[in-house]
Amino acid sequence: MPEVALTGVTKRFDKTLAVSDLSLTIADGEFVVLLGPTGAGKTTTLRLVAGLERPEEGRIEIDGRDVTKTTPAERDVCFVFQQYSLYPHYTVFDNLAFPLRAPGRKRPAAEIQARVEEIARLLRIESKLKNRATQLSGGEMQRVAIGRALVRRPSIYLMDEPLSSLDAKLREDLRIELKRIQRDLGATILYVTHDQLEAMTLADRIGVLAEGRLVQVGAPREVYERPNDIDVARRLGSPQINLVPSGTLGVEERPAAATTVGVRPEDVLLHREDGVAAEVLAVEHLGVETLVLLSVEDLTLRALLGGHAPVAIGEATRIAVRPGAALFFDERGRRITGPETGSPKTGSPKTGSPKTGSKSEAAYGT
Amino acid sequence: MSAKSTAHSVVEASSGGKWLAGGLVVVYALVTMIPLVWIFLTGFKSPPDSISYPPKVFFEPSMEGYVNLFTTRTRQTSEYIESLGPPETWYDEIVRKRNMVIAGPSKFADRYLNSIVIGFGSTFLAVFLGTLAAYGFSRFKVPLKDDLLFFILSTRMMPPIAVAIPIYLMYRTLGLSDTALGMILLYTAVNISLAVWLLKGFIDEIPREYEEAAVVDGYSRLQAFWKVVLPQARTGIAATAIFCLIFAWNEYAFVLLLTSGEAQTAPPYIPLIIGEGGLDWPAVAAGTTLFLLPIVFFTVVLRNQLLRGITFGAVRK
Repeated sequence: MPEVALTGVTKRFDKTLAVSDLSLTIADGEFVVLLGPTGAGKTTTLRLVAGLERPEEGRIEIDGRDVTKTTPAERDVCFVFQQYSLYPHYTVFDNLAFPLRAPGRKRPAAEIQARVEEIARLLRIESKLKNRATQLSGGEMQRVAIGRALVRRPSIYLMDEPLSSLDAKLREDLRIELKRIQRDLGATILYVTHDQLEAMTLADRIGVLAEGRLVQVGAPREVYERPNDIDVARRLGSPQINLVPSGTLGVEERPAAATTVGVRPEDVLLHREDGVAAEVLAVEHLGVETLVLLSVEDLTLRALLGGHAPVAIGEATRIAVRPGAALFFDERGRRITGPETGSPKTGSPKTGSPKTGSKSEAAYGT
Repeated sequence: MSAKSTAHSVVEASSGGKWLAGGLVVVYALVTMIPLVWIFLTGFKSPPDSISYPPKVFFEPSMEGYVNLFTTRTRQTSEYIESLGPPETWYDEIVRKRNMVIAGPSKFADRYLNSIVIGFGSTFLAVFLGTLAAYGFSRFKVPLKDDLLFFILSTRMMPPIAVAIPIYLMYRTLGLSDTALGMILLYTAVNISLAVWLLKGFIDEIPREYEEAAVVDGYSRLQAFWKVVLPQARTGIAATAIFCLIFAWNEYAFVLLLTSGEAQTAPPYIPLIIGEGGLDWPAVAAGTTLFLLPIVFFTVVLRNQLLRGITFGAVRK
C-alpha cells in the first residue's frame, strides 16, 4: 500500500502557479528525492504534504486516509527545515523531546528520556544534550534538527534541503549517515534538494520538477540514462551533459526528428583514428578522473577520462561518441526514444538539419 | 588591548579614543544626574534649609520631608503640646519641634497606590493586547492590513491631550470619570499603538519555521505561539513594557483633567503639597524620590533584556 499519494495537486500563490497537476505516490520505506531548480515547486510540494499549505485542487492521501483538508498536527508527518529548525530558548534535549511532549502525542517522561537518548546516540550528539541549541556548530545543529524528526515514527519524513547550509565535507558525512539511518529504520522519506549528487546517492526514486510540473519520476540510474527531456538531462550528471546540434560529432545513426544530440562527458572517447578532428583546450585533473575541454567543429565539448589519461593542452586528436550512448532530442526538447527507429527512413544523414549548427546552439554545450 | 600593540585596527577604537568616549559619557551622565541628586538631597533637608540662599550643599539631614509627605498636621499651642507628654515616636518628635501634632495620614499613599494600579494595569493590558495584535498582523493575511496598521499609528500623530475634551465628555457620560478603570483604559488606548508597532517588528524577526515545525509536531497554533513565539519575543515584550509603563507612570495632563479624588495618581498630587508658608519643598522632593523608584527598579531589573532588545537580530542564521 502506498504510504503517501498525491493526485492532481495544484497550488497557486496569487497568480503564480507553484505546483501544477502533480501526481506522485511514495511507497512504504521508500526514499524519494524531488530535484529541481529554485522556484520549481519542490518546497511547496513538501509543504502541501505537511499541511502547511492547502492545495486548490487535487487530493493528498497518507496511509490511505484523505488528509487534504486536515491540519498538520493530524497528519502524522515530520518536517526538517532547511534552517531555523532548532528552538534557541531550549536545550538540545528539550529540542529533541519537543515533538514527544506535544498534546495528544504526549509520552511518559521516562519514555521520552529513553527515546531522546537513543536518537542522540544514533546521531552521535549524546554529549551535547545539555547544551543550549545556540551553542552548537552548524553540523551539530542540523543533526539535532534531523534527530527531532527521528524521535517520532511518523508515516513520512519530509526534508527540505536539510544539508544545504552545511559545508561540503559535513554534507557528505551527513548524507551517508542519513541513508544509513533511513535503511536501518525503514523510514519513508520525501526529500527536496537542488543538488543532483544528493539526489543520485540518496534516492530510491528521483522526481524531477520544473515550473511546478513533475517532469519525470524514476530510479536515479533510469532518469540519468533515459531522461525525458533536455532539462532533465542537464539537471543530472556532473560535469554536465554535452548538448550539440544534430549532425555533428559524427553521430550518424539518429532519428529524423532529432535536432539536438546529448552526449554524457564519459561517453566522449578520445584518440579514435576514425573520429572527428578535435583540439584539447584545457585539462583538469580531478584525481580519479580527468576532465578535458575540447574544441570540435566550432563546439566546446567536455570529456571525462580516467585519472591518468595521456592528454596535453593544445594537442590535436580525433574523438568519437561511444556507440549507442547518444541521446536524441526533438525541437521541443523532448527525448526521442530509440534512435534506431528513425534513422533508416532519413535520406542522407548529413542533410538532417545542418543549419542548427549555429553559434548559439553551440553555446548549449559550454 | 596590550600596551605594546601598535597596530591600528579599523574596527576597534584606539585606547585614547576609548578614554575620550568613556570620559564624555561619564560627564554627560553626571550633568543629567545633578537634578536627580538635588531632588534626592532636598528630600532630607529641613524646610528652611531647602529654600535657603545660597543653596546648601552640606546640611543636617532630617526626615521632616518624608514625615510631612505621609501625614497631615495641625498647629497647636506649646501648652497643649506639653500637656500631651513626651512624644511616643520619632516622627511625633519631628513634628512637635514645629509646634504641630499629627492629625492623620495624608493622601500620598492612596495616590501612590493608584499610580501602581493604573500604571501596571494599563501596561499589562497594552502589552497583552499589543502582542496578540502584533502576532496577528505579522502572521496572518489581514484584510486592509497596511491601512489598519497606519490607522493604529495615526492615533499617535497628535498630542493625546488634543482629544481631552471629547474624552472628558465621553467619560462623564459613561461614568468612567475619576475611576481607575477609566484611566487604565485611556492609557492602554494611548500605549497600544506603540506596543503593536514595536512588537510587530520583534515578531517579524522570529522565523515562521519555528511555529511551522511546532505545528507539524502536533501543537496547535496557540500552543506554538505560547511555547515558541513568546519565549523568543521576550526581549521585545520587556522593552515595550518599560516604554508603556514610563508613559502611564508619568502621565500628568489627563489625570489632572479626568480625576479629582478617588483615582488620582501621584503626579498631580506631589507638586501641590502645601506646608507652612507655601510649598513644602522637602515633602515634594521626598514624594518625587519615592515616585522615581519603581521605574528605576524595573529598568535595572530588565536592563539585560533591554540591551538584548537593541542587539536583536544578531543571532546565528
